[in-house]
Amino acid sequence: MPKIIFIEADGSEIATSAVPGMTVMEAAVKHQVPGIDADCGGACACATCHVYVEPEWREKVGARNAMEEDMLDFAFDVRDNSRLSCQIKVTDALDGLRVKVPAKQF
Amino acid sequence: MADVIKTDAVIIGAGPCGLFSIFELGLLDIRCHVIDILDKPGGQCSELYPEKPIYDIPAIPLITGADLTARLMEQAKPFKAQFHFNQMVTSLQKRGDNDFYLTTDGGLEFECKIVVVAAGGGSFQPKKPPIPGIEAYEGHSVFYSVRQMEILRGRDVLVVGGGDSALDWTINLQPIAKSLTLLHRRDEFRAAPDSVKRMRELVADGKMQLKIGQVTELKGEAGLLSSAVVKAADGTVSEVACNALFPFFGLTMKLGPVADWGLNLHENLVAVDTAKFETSVPGIFAVGDINTYPGKLKLILSGFHEAALMAQQAFHYINPDERLVFQYTTSSTSLQKKLGVE
Repeated sequence: MPKIIFIEADGSEIATSAVPGMTVMEAAVKHQVPGIDADCGGACACATCHVYVEPEWREKVGARNAMEEDMLDFAFDVRDNSRLSCQIKVTDALDGLRVKVPAKQF
Repeated sequence: MADVIKTDAVIIGAGPCGLFSIFELGLLDIRCHVIDILDKPGGQCSELYPEKPIYDIPAIPLITGADLTARLMEQAKPFKAQFHFNQMVTSLQKRGDNDFYLTTDGGLEFECKIVVVAAGGGSFQPKKPPIPGIEAYEGHSVFYSVRQMEILRGRDVLVVGGGDSALDWTINLQPIAKSLTLLHRRDEFRAAPDSVKRMRELVADGKMQLKIGQVTELKGEAGLLSSAVVKAADGTVSEVACNALFPFFGLTMKLGPVADWGLNLHENLVAVDTAKFETSVPGIFAVGDINTYPGKLKLILSGFHEAALMAQQAFHYINPDERLVFQYTTSSTSLQKKLGVE
């Protein structure tokens, strides 16, 4: 099972096990990762599952989709490596993925 | 202030469970007023995912949030519930043996026999950006909405965001403000194209500024803002002089005033029993995502079941001496009459 690692704002790390096909947001919620609120439950409608993808993983994770780009308008401190974790599908290629959780979603 | 509205039931929340409660209560001749903080029915189905398909409504393999809302409205129509939108219930008190008294932030007052809390994830409220120290400015220099725009007359206004709220406020405040700047993180806007066009015309005419970037810091003293520090996409930092800031980052759900009504809560949810879906205060019921009980699933279909059982107990609460004969809509002519199909 692919491992997804969430790096909290204080630097602590939470390793979660995911199943290919689920989203990075779902992996976080399943493991109750603090800072991933996911208010809308994965509909790309709230921007409360915002994460920063670590530089070495950006290429494998890929680019934002158009709907996600719009929704990021509702996130705070959006950076080049910002993604909504409900829009990242877990695959075996993402085993070991590291993403940073913002200090506060909102 | 308007007269106090008297009714059998007040339903707080016009989401799917609130709408279905109108139907279930209506079959038992309980008349409802429905209050919602949004400007339309549907709750999360309208606000968060109107176009997203829902796959787990029994007998409906696929339906969007918007369509589900429309169908529930149609189903509830025979019962002529009255809706009060853009209103948040701020207080709820028990008055006497059989009466509840509610007030809203828009100045409405209600007296009713029972209350149904169908408030979902709580009230939708503007997201507050986590800019350090922003709380100190709220109400004086930072606003999420204002009921009277006049208070912005002659001020240097900074609006942040790229959606309809941001563009609407930009266009409405521009003639009143001394100066107006719209700040957005990119030069693309998800607001209605007409509003975007209007904004670009105002910029072209030199009547307002458009800036691309994000706020990182607020500067000011004693609750009065003097400028916002803005970081552009290329990392350059600048300051926008302003003494009024409107951040528009969408809505989030907060439990809100429900927490203050003396109901037993469990992890920010309203505790109910599973026979009557009544809260710790007799006569106040809770259905849908806002309630909790052992085994609770936050599913629309569970909320529908809860509404049906709630209505039975609501009937007994309102009519303690009457026997309630259970009837089916398929065979009961009296129910069919109520539905207007007989």
